[in-house]
Amino acid sequence: MNSGLITARSAGLISCQSCHLLCERGKRSADRICPRCGANLRERKPNSIVRTWALVLAAFIFYIPANVLPITTVISLGKAQSDTIMSGVIYFLHTGMWPIALVIFLASIFIPLMKLLVLIFLLISVQFRSRWRLRDRTRLYRITELVGRWSMLDVFVVAVLVALVRLGYLTTIEAGSGIIFFAAVVVITMIAAMTFDPRLIWDVLEKNDESPVC
Amino acid sequence: MDTFIACHECDVIHHIKTLPSKGTAHCIRCGAVLYKHKTNSLERTLAFTLAGLILFVLANSFPFLGLKIGAQVRETTLITGIHELYVQGMQIIAVLVLITTMLAPLLQMMCLVYVLLPLKFGRLPKMLPRVMRFLEHVLPWSMMEVFMIGILVSVVKLAGMAKIIPGISLYSFLALIFVLAAMIVSLDSHLIWQKWEKAS
Repeated sequence: MNSGLITARSAGLISCQSCHLLCERGKRSADRICPRCGANLRERKPNSIVRTWALVLAAFIFYIPANVLPITTVISLGKAQSDTIMSGVIYFLHTGMWPIALVIFLASIFIPLMKLLVLIFLLISVQFRSRWRLRDRTRLYRITELVGRWSMLDVFVVAVLVALVRLGYLTTIEAGSGIIFFAAVVVITMIAAMTFDPRLIWDVLEKNDESPVC
Repeated sequence: MDTFIACHECDVIHHIKTLPSKGTAHCIRCGAVLYKHKTNSLERTLAFTLAGLILFVLANSFPFLGLKIGAQVRETTLITGIHELYVQGMQIIAVLVLITTMLAPLLQMMCLVYVLLPLKFGRLPKMLPRVMRFLEHVLPWSMMEVFMIGILVSVVKLAGMAKIIPGISLYSFLALIFVLAAMIVSLDSHLIWQKWEKAS
């Protein structure tokens, strides 16, 4: 399926990651600056695999306290009730508002976890130089990058609740430390998706592929 | 080499062709969107950006939600809400909300005005390359639409506890989300770079 297709790398060219101009690959690294926009020219994102692994692992570690620790504490008439992300979903289910329960479940639990698992799958398949379903794996990456931002939903919900219902009422809402870990998960997975270079998936098709798989 | 483009997702080189109206060029190997034909990209994007700036000012000058408990009414604007978070020891979250709902959208619109307004009148903004590169980094962090859904969910959550009064700025927010989305859709960065290249 590679017949007739030339990649920029095999032609000795680099596509500028900022303005998408095709540039000649300079011999010295000092020459590798886009003549049009001035960005550094890089054949592939630098250390893409190692960096993405590091970020994915960091996100996984934060994912645990994000789900175990409470994200909000509602204090009403001296009674305190703490909610984690999951108990928030269950609360909406019990009150019969399942569309909202579904939205929160997708944004806060499903998407972050799927994103991490997809990134791990992509990383491992690239490292094993897999030729399996290259096109579908690229599509998987594209979707992952697209939906990641929606995980921020719960952070905003907590922010609005805390800002609106403040001290001085019979009822107050306090943010729990879980939300900080959760925000960290969302930001780190977003950066991880940006650091991963989908072109690595296709590099196995290059004839003399000397790309360092590490 | 400006008649060729490499796919940003699989590196295959393609010849750039003129597209029919509303046409989209996909990569033949991986299917990624390479470029699109956009009618009047410059004017449309500029119009949406200016509309967005006006809505942004409106959205931030009025309270977006009011909360009525008993006889007490509390109103919150976006910035006082962020300040409230900061005071309550949630500094990290406050900064995150500040960046994603105020700074990033504002910077994104300001960058576009800086680039598009002079281009529209046939002039060349001096810092265009640097501003365009900066814009690429800002875009993913502008999350107005997610924030809007966040407001909706919190309103439902509070509905049993207190009476919620939607403020003027809530409607401006709602309009702003659509305007920002339209702005990004009509933006054609290839066109901007072409203009820059021709002029310099």
